[in-house]
Amino acid sequence: MNIYLPIAEVSVNAYLLLGLGGIVGILSGMFGVGGGFLMTPLLFFIGIPPAVAVATEANQIVASSFSGVLAHLRRKTVDLKMGTVLLIGGLIGAFLGIQLFNYLKSLGQVDLLVKLSYVVFLSIIGSLMFVESLRAIMRSKRTGGAPPKRRKHTWIHALPFKMKFRTSGLYISVIPPVLVGVAVGVLAAIMGVGGGFIMVPAMIYLLGMPTKVVVGTSLFQIIFVTAFTTLAHATTNYTVDIALALLLMTGGVIGAQIGTRIGLKLKAEQLRILLAMMVLGVVAKLGLELLLQPAELYSIGAGGE
Amino acid sequence: MFRILLAALLLALPAKAGDEQVVAGLSQNRIAITANFDGSEILIFGAVKRNSPPPKGAPMEVVITVAGPSQPVTVRRKDKRLGIWVNVDAVELDSAPSFYAVATTGPMEKVLNPEEDRKYRISIRHEISAAAADAEVPDVDAFTEALIRIRTEKGLYQLKPGSVQLSEETLFRTSIKLPSNLTEGEYTTRIFLTRDGQVIDEYETSIDVSKVGLERWLFKLSREKPLYYGLLSLFIAIVAGWGASAFFNYFRS
Repeated sequence: MNIYLPIAEVSVNAYLLLGLGGIVGILSGMFGVGGGFLMTPLLFFIGIPPAVAVATEANQIVASSFSGVLAHLRRKTVDLKMGTVLLIGGLIGAFLGIQLFNYLKSLGQVDLLVKLSYVVFLSIIGSLMFVESLRAIMRSKRTGGAPPKRRKHTWIHALPFKMKFRTSGLYISVIPPVLVGVAVGVLAAIMGVGGGFIMVPAMIYLLGMPTKVVVGTSLFQIIFVTAFTTLAHATTNYTVDIALALLLMTGGVIGAQIGTRIGLKLKAEQLRILLAMMVLGVVAKLGLELLLQPAELYSIGAGGE
Repeated sequence: MFRILLAALLLALPAKAGDEQVVAGLSQNRIAITANFDGSEILIFGAVKRNSPPPKGAPMEVVITVAGPSQPVTVRRKDKRLGIWVNVDAVELDSAPSFYAVATTGPMEKVLNPEEDRKYRISIRHEISAAAADAEVPDVDAFTEALIRIRTEKGLYQLKPGSVQLSEETLFRTSIKLPSNLTEGEYTTRIFLTRDGQVIDEYETSIDVSKVGLERWLFKLSREKPLYYGLLSLFIAIVAGWGASAFFNYFRS
């Protein structure tokens, strides 16, 4: 059954969209990531205009992260104070990101920007995750358990404007979380992703937050950043497609429930290595497109941009 | 005196262009883009009205064009910079039809001579007008060619010689397939009768293509009240997220 998307102005198979939403939902349920970084390139592949894909994906992430945060609030694994600090940075970042996005759109380089961001960030995250989970698998084979890490005092603890984050058990400067928020906000606006796959490692390794509150807190701030991004895209670029978002959400929400159950049956390292391989696969595809000569050198855009 | 005048008038008539006229119809003059719109096919048919038997000599030919609303278009070309392929050159085209189909009874060069083609703007390249030549890009024509090539591949531009059936030099018909990714607006349909490459009559009508129902409502809302549209999309997202969570909890407990 084909459905005509009112904003994207293309006709796409509705089951294909539900299926894509479902598959990405399963993966996001399994790995605890928003899945935007997989969905947006997939939408490019099926012919959704990149600007619509990015804006609509932000809208879909609002739904999936809201659903996730409710579950985390029940388990009290959300650091609202840290989330708010990250959010302030995130909103500044999203604002900057939209400006950058619109500026590059006027130059005709928005596709390049989006694809380059993907290639750069996904290859870094993918390879780090791959190496780290490979080590973890080797270690668990050798000894059967990693020794607990001791928290180190680094330059981060020497910064001013310190604040107490009770849920995370931290007493640190607000500067690093704000900066992390800004970086993620810019990415959210440009790439149409929640940024969880960057924020989660940053919270663990840079801010030293306990792992159990990281996912919930990251989801909490992602809701607001992606909601802001959605509104900004809707009012400046008119590129949010509600029909597309609704189909993706429906598939995604069902998939996430299935994915969570599959995820419980797999080991953490196995999960991470699978995710890493998938991320690297997406990178390879996008990277080759930039490096190899395209079959069609010309592209058509709306006039006056 | 009067008889002589009448006779002269009758003799003069066959030479006049208006002697053979198009009478035409469309299978539909309105196309509604609904949520499950998946392209459409329109049937264009008609007859040639004559007051006298058809003149001898070159056979009658029919040329039919369907043109979607024109829009300004930017065509960009990629080039290799620092090892990656990026958009480098761009040409702004003032106006290019979003859809354009030409259907004829025979090969283009046989049914229409180039001057008439230019005068009536029948071939697709005459419909595309480039902006004032861009000094930075010397080969503007390559960009126009690329636009035609890309849109032809997508089925947005069609050239179908020989697809108009003409019987007895009187009745003609053809069908034109409109793809699913149509733009809204007036689609101008023109029918030309030609003999010996010369246009002898022209007929014009239009098809209205518009989104209807929910499609129309959403599209209008997104352009006219973008803030409300954005808030609506967020509301739907929150409800979907909450619904999924509530649904899942209900079944777990």
